[in-house]
Amino acid sequence: MWAFIHKLGSPKWFYGISARLSPWCWGVAVALILVGGVWGLAFAPADYQQGHSFRIIYVHVPAAFLAQSIFVAMAAAGFIFMVWKIKLADMAATVMAPLGAGMTFVALFSGAVWGVPTWGTWWQWDARLTSMLILFFLYIGVIALRGAFTSRDSASRAASVLAMVGVINIPIIKYSVEWWYTLHQPATFSVTSRPAMPTEMWAPLLIMVLGFYSFFIAVTLMRTRSEILRREASKRWVRELLGEGG
Amino acid sequence: MSSAESGPARRDGPLPLAGEPEGGAMVAIRATLKRDLVLMLRRRSEVLNPLVFFALVITLFPIGISPDPELLATIAPGLLWVAALLAALLSLDGLFRSDYEDGSLEQLLLSPQPLAALALAKVAVHWLLTGLPLALMAPVLGIMLSLPAGSYGVLAVSLALGSASLSLIGAIGAALTVGLSRGGVLISLLVLPLYIPVLIFGAGAVQAAILGAGVSAHLAILGALLAVALIFAPWAIAASLRISING
Amino acid sequence: MSLRLQARKLACERDDRWLFHDLDLDLCAGEIVRVEGPNGSGKTTLLKILSGQLADYRGELFWRGAPMRRVRRDFLANLLYLGHAPGVKAALTALENLAWYQALAGASGDEDDRLAALETVGLAGFEDLPTGQLSAGQQRRVALARLELMPRPLWVLDEPFTAIDREGVAALEARLEAHTRRGGCVLVTTHHALRASSALRSVRLGEGGAGVER
Repeated sequence: MWAFIHKLGSPKWFYGISARLSPWCWGVAVALILVGGVWGLAFAPADYQQGHSFRIIYVHVPAAFLAQSIFVAMAAAGFIFMVWKIKLADMAATVMAPLGAGMTFVALFSGAVWGVPTWGTWWQWDARLTSMLILFFLYIGVIALRGAFTSRDSASRAASVLAMVGVINIPIIKYSVEWWYTLHQPATFSVTSRPAMPTEMWAPLLIMVLGFYSFFIAVTLMRTRSEILRREASKRWVRELLGEGG
Repeated sequence: MSSAESGPARRDGPLPLAGEPEGGAMVAIRATLKRDLVLMLRRRSEVLNPLVFFALVITLFPIGISPDPELLATIAPGLLWVAALLAALLSLDGLFRSDYEDGSLEQLLLSPQPLAALALAKVAVHWLLTGLPLALMAPVLGIMLSLPAGSYGVLAVSLALGSASLSLIGAIGAALTVGLSRGGVLISLLVLPLYIPVLIFGAGAVQAAILGAGVSAHLAILGALLAVALIFAPWAIAASLRISING
Repeated sequence: MSLRLQARKLACERDDRWLFHDLDLDLCAGEIVRVEGPNGSGKTTLLKILSGQLADYRGELFWRGAPMRRVRRDFLANLLYLGHAPGVKAALTALENLAWYQALAGASGDEDDRLAALETVGLAGFEDLPTGQLSAGQQRRVALARLELMPRPLWVLDEPFTAIDREGVAALEARLEAHTRRGGCVLVTTHHALRASSALRSVRLGEGGAGVER
């Protein structure tokens, strides 16, 4: 078990294995997103209340899922880095932060676009959108903190601590914002709490969510690989690799 | 250094190796509390500045929005809470900075006492000289914003309770940024999102008091948030200080 | 059970650069070990690692035969570290500063001891002034008074001679030797040439020394 974890923690080993895994992840991601996208956008029935505008759900919901999951994954990677000093975990956390911030932005933007036909405004202080906005600020904080240190080791540790503090706070923030929302605007239409969706609607959504997750894994693998090369540029195996390559 | 052999017989005879210190933690914590209190009280402006800032920000709102008492009364709970929160935040940057600059922070880290407890002592002093005075001052500013009667006590209590959480959470940010020369803006970026739950329930308590609803639920949640912060924050502060001292 | 700090295969990598590696070091009672090397060779980093401040190293540290991670508190209770910054609070008086340091060690301390320690470092008469009003050298001396005050066997001193006048330097040097004679141990970096003595030993960092690469 321990030997396996340490093997997993070796950048060289990871670089090799991820080269084989990466195409598969990309393939699965593209296939799922294509199937889910076409099904959801073209074939799923229109919503009886919102018409076709509800179809933005097929981007909004997977992005929102991913935005939250990436933060948890980033904090988990930070924890692994802090406890077992596995640098690979930190490399993964480094590349996850901008990706998570990007997903949060996609969720916010698609939420705003969705708001136009639904609420008649680009922005409403809806509970979910507000939590998403706060999550976006949390991501920005982690990225900014990492960028502020001159020493990379300190930057990694500091970002890990902040990610862990953030992940403890995310549920607290989420529940308090929901509580705040019900207090101030009771019984307005909420975007995602809706009557049970028929299968033709949620099946493509599920496929899209899975597709987004595969996309996340694929991007993380790819970017972690380049992060490995960047950080280990002075190591012999990287020099040999690059020497062979060209 | 050859004179003054009059001191205790430390100077000759073999040095004993010290064992694990026992019962020293309380001595160290008490001394740290006392030291920080003395330091803050000798530089009174550090205690007064957040209070003046609080009053100034509150003055800006009627000027910027409208002096209409009815309008002010509706937004007063939120305004008072946000302004107090910012005032507390502003003073946080200095929490560990002077210790970092003169080298006493590394000595603090090298003491054979639990760092989390020593850090907690420093945070306690910060709350005592920033959060608590802000809470006591808030009702006065509430009068200026025509805060409805009956909510003044709740305002002070919610601020006193909430600002303790703010000090604890903010100290994590202060500890993370203490080694950075431009930590001032960054700390707000790190800490403000984490302040939101406290703000929601703090301002909510005052609003509930105005509406005549029960406030005990809000205050209980503020207390719960404080308990969570008390459990987690000292460890996070200690870990962050160790990171920052590495430079 | 005597004083013994050992480092085995110590290596420190700072942002892709090896400051030193494969460094073996034994600090025993009765020694002054001087760490030498050009600027940027990692002297301060080595001192910080050996005083338990930096966890970011490879290799093993042993305190009295036990791994450092397990006996950290016992180690800290025996260590006195003076860094680049004197660690003296400008708004507090010399006495108050020393009282805090005693309390950090877990002892309430005694005012007479503190006065005696300040007198030894030549600060008699300055006890009750805020140290911010003292000169840089005098502030250093307040920090050095901790050497007198706290009976800790292992001293780790980073550039202790900075800002000290000539008499002070001689006195401090004598103090270090006296400390080793009593079974203490001193690890020191300094640009000042130390008087040769049987207790003095040097470790060289940087090119051609204990650990170099690139």
